[in-house]
Amino acid sequence: MRVTVTVNGTTETHDVEARMLLVQYLREVRGLTGTNIGCDTTSCGACTVLLDGESVKSCTLLAAQADGEEITTIEGMAAPDGTLHPIQEAFHQHHGLQCGFCTPGMVMAVASLLKEHPDPSEAEVREGLEGNLCRCTGYHNIVQAVLSAAHSGELVP
Amino acid sequence: MSATVLEGHGTAGVVGTRMLRREDPALLSGEARFVHDLVVPGALHMAVVRSPYAHARITSVDVSVALGMPGVVAALTGADLAGEWASPMPCAWPVTADMQSPEHLPVALREACYVGDAVAVVLAGSQAEAQDAAAAVAVDYEELPAAVDLEDAARDGVLAHLDAPSNRAYTWELIPDPEAVRRAFDDAAVTVKERYVQQRLIPAAMEPRGVCVVPQPFGGEYVVYSSTQIPHILRTMLGMTAGVPEERIRVIAPSVGGGFGSKLDVYAEELLCLALARRLRRPVRWSEERSEAAQATIHGRGQVQDIELAADADGRVKAVRVHLLADMGAYLQLVTPGVPILGAFLYHGTYDVPAYSFTCTGVFTNKTPTDAYRGAGRPEATYAIERAMDALARKLGMDPAELRRRNFIGADKFPYSSVAGLVFDSGDYEAALDKALGLVGYEALRQEQAQRRSDGATKLLGVGLSSYVEMCGLAPSRVLASLHYVAGGWETATVRMLPTGKVQVVTGATPHGQGHVTSWSMIVADKLGVPPDDVEVLHSDTGLSPLGLDTYGSRSLSVGGTAIALAADRLVDKARLLAAYRLEAAPEDLELSDGQFAVRGTPSTGIGIGTLAFEAFTAHDLPEGMEPNLEASATYDPTNFTFPFGTHVAVVEVDTETGRVDLVRYVGVDDCGNQINPLIVDGQVHGGIAQGVAQALYEEASYDERGNLLTTTLADYLVPAASDLPSFTLGRTVTPSPSNPLGVKGVGEAGTIASTPAVVNAVVDALSHLGVEDLEMPVTPERVWRSIGAAAPVPGGAR
Repeated sequence: MRVTVTVNGTTETHDVEARMLLVQYLREVRGLTGTNIGCDTTSCGACTVLLDGESVKSCTLLAAQADGEEITTIEGMAAPDGTLHPIQEAFHQHHGLQCGFCTPGMVMAVASLLKEHPDPSEAEVREGLEGNLCRCTGYHNIVQAVLSAAHSGELVP
Repeated sequence: MSATVLEGHGTAGVVGTRMLRREDPALLSGEARFVHDLVVPGALHMAVVRSPYAHARITSVDVSVALGMPGVVAALTGADLAGEWASPMPCAWPVTADMQSPEHLPVALREACYVGDAVAVVLAGSQAEAQDAAAAVAVDYEELPAAVDLEDAARDGVLAHLDAPSNRAYTWELIPDPEAVRRAFDDAAVTVKERYVQQRLIPAAMEPRGVCVVPQPFGGEYVVYSSTQIPHILRTMLGMTAGVPEERIRVIAPSVGGGFGSKLDVYAEELLCLALARRLRRPVRWSEERSEAAQATIHGRGQVQDIELAADADGRVKAVRVHLLADMGAYLQLVTPGVPILGAFLYHGTYDVPAYSFTCTGVFTNKTPTDAYRGAGRPEATYAIERAMDALARKLGMDPAELRRRNFIGADKFPYSSVAGLVFDSGDYEAALDKALGLVGYEALRQEQAQRRSDGATKLLGVGLSSYVEMCGLAPSRVLASLHYVAGGWETATVRMLPTGKVQVVTGATPHGQGHVTSWSMIVADKLGVPPDDVEVLHSDTGLSPLGLDTYGSRSLSVGGTAIALAADRLVDKARLLAAYRLEAAPEDLELSDGQFAVRGTPSTGIGIGTLAFEAFTAHDLPEGMEPNLEASATYDPTNFTFPFGTHVAVVEVDTETGRVDLVRYVGVDDCGNQINPLIVDGQVHGGIAQGVAQALYEEASYDERGNLLTTTLADYLVPAASDLPSFTLGRTVTPSPSNPLGVKGVGEAGTIASTPAVVNAVVDALSHLGVEDLEMPVTPERVWRSIGAAAPVPGGAR
């Protein structure tokens, strides 16, 4: 079937299999491999992207469901000149990543979280990121990064 | 601290600072490439047909239907592939001469020995086609009784392998003086006898495994991309097992999404992709799915621990006696049998114990093979002794902090020759304990605990301690030889300056999240007096770094980092000779400061190391006999292990009505010797704590009685989320290791080792006045709630 999807500001139309997942579409059709696949039960959140500004797990949606929609992936977060998005910068400043595999999904989840809760408490950050697993950081520095990003302003993805 | 680490060189002064990681931008922007991200035109996708039975005779495998399915290029059985293997899959650690090791082939021939054991493979043009066809492979099984329970298996009630004489893999003993142990128990005023179960754990690195083997069209080389911690060891083992000359294999580990030991192995899928690429002369790739990972990637832990302590009336421990049953799973993977042995020397923990007895029996079961998982043997040892110390404290009516203090190896006793035969390099255990107790506010917590108890509160407070010492920096090669490990424990490095003054570091250590590029560039920057950004680190590719022993056992810094520092020293030595020639001075009169060699006291007339690099490159005018270029290598074989230590304190609230445990505070004080980058040290400790807490409270690889793994997804296997954990308070003491010139010890496993017993001790501590003495891990609300119901309150409410 034919889908037209805007990803990181670029609109393309492709024929895809009806069963193709959004994450497969992003990785295989659009070549955007920053979005990772960490599980097969929508548990880990590594594949989190923004659909019209809200976080979704792209393994839970079909590519067809994104037809006509706007998707933002991790590749769309930094400025064109390579300047990191304030959330990415906060992760860097606070050592909020180690192996980096969960990081793209985590950053996208944070973008959505901070849009909903611009000034979250630590507990709200922890609850808000419940759907994104990280095995390296113990979340400590991720939480610090999110709290710091929340206070840095300029967070609209 | 920091200034002393690299004293005597051109210090730019970054070592010891919280320098931000150089790895981050590529990982944060999605630019980093993991194996699954590689685009390889023409690659065939492999799917593995796996046994749904824990133990079964394979009576027939019919691939004919699969072969006719769309996109399928090949479908092969174990028999079809038997000719591909020069030897069975490797186990590098035959811990005893009589160790039993059942033949382990990448695809089973006649007998499937765990749920997930490979019985056939399918290759197709896409992953979906391969998986569809794999489902159409018809395998006839004759289900056999499965050895599932570890203790039953140890009694040989059911054999895990049809042809094996027993389920015993080996029995390994360390009993330096049996008579002393017997006497200590005979004379003891107090003894405790505890049994602990180390449940099986699924490592669950966030990146599932992936392999892609690309045969090169000319020259017969194979490029093996694998999400591995051990490209160097893998290359050698692939060559030996698949019968490919080692020099024709180039292993590349691109970005690797966590390992924790689970990628410290040689796996069937790596061998299969190589053999199939050879057979079909096409690239072959495999991407593990999460449910597959739960079965086909090694598990950790899996032990039943019997530990006894003999103590005098003052609580001084006089002997420790331990017997382990260790679950090998169905086969011996790369270092499976050695994992319990890595803990064998540490069951007396941080305590000065004169008599010691350790025995371990490795037992086969029809379950996923176990192998090294973060800490590998040392978390198990620390758990047993730290839980047993709390049991002893309860029996004596003594504060657990006081009992530990009484038994610590004194700071004045280092280097300390342990009863188990190790020499602990340095330590001040009491200082770490004091710092941890201070940070957590121990006395106030004890008062609050008593208050809540006397108020009859339903949310009780528990405080759990864990003082640990671990052995890291694997490992002195001669010691490995004495333990029958087949390889050495050195690490190698090359440091070279390029014509423009930029620096390359080549290392055999292989990062997968630890920030090696940052730390190595800091070390070299300080040695050479150049900015860290001018230092490029080449790693994880046997084409760039042909020799190395990779990353595990908290070895990268203390062994690999030391090799880098030594190579940098040698480069500086050569540069000094060239500088002396240029400046017409004696080499010993020169000092290197901020990258400039100058005669001591006259810094204005110096010459920069970058200039020297260019002159060494042009080689137009070098001293007689000096070779061109500034480049030096070093291989460092440690003389001893390193012994990081510390004390962690967990504070829990236990709801007596629901059994819910909330970890409300956590303090970790660690001593890993000198720190290159405390930011990275903190991160390692945070993640380690989380993994240890996960064992204490959340995670277990559960099997049913027929050997079916019940926790195959992240919906069933409870890797903790942010909401399941608190923030952590960290502290540090610094006791440099005298064993290596950096004075470093290693920190990758410390948090995992310390935290599990701290948390369980805290839960038991919360409930001890109710008569609860033990809780099996994971300490679930149900277990807590049942234990409260089953326990008999302690008269007078003693701790």
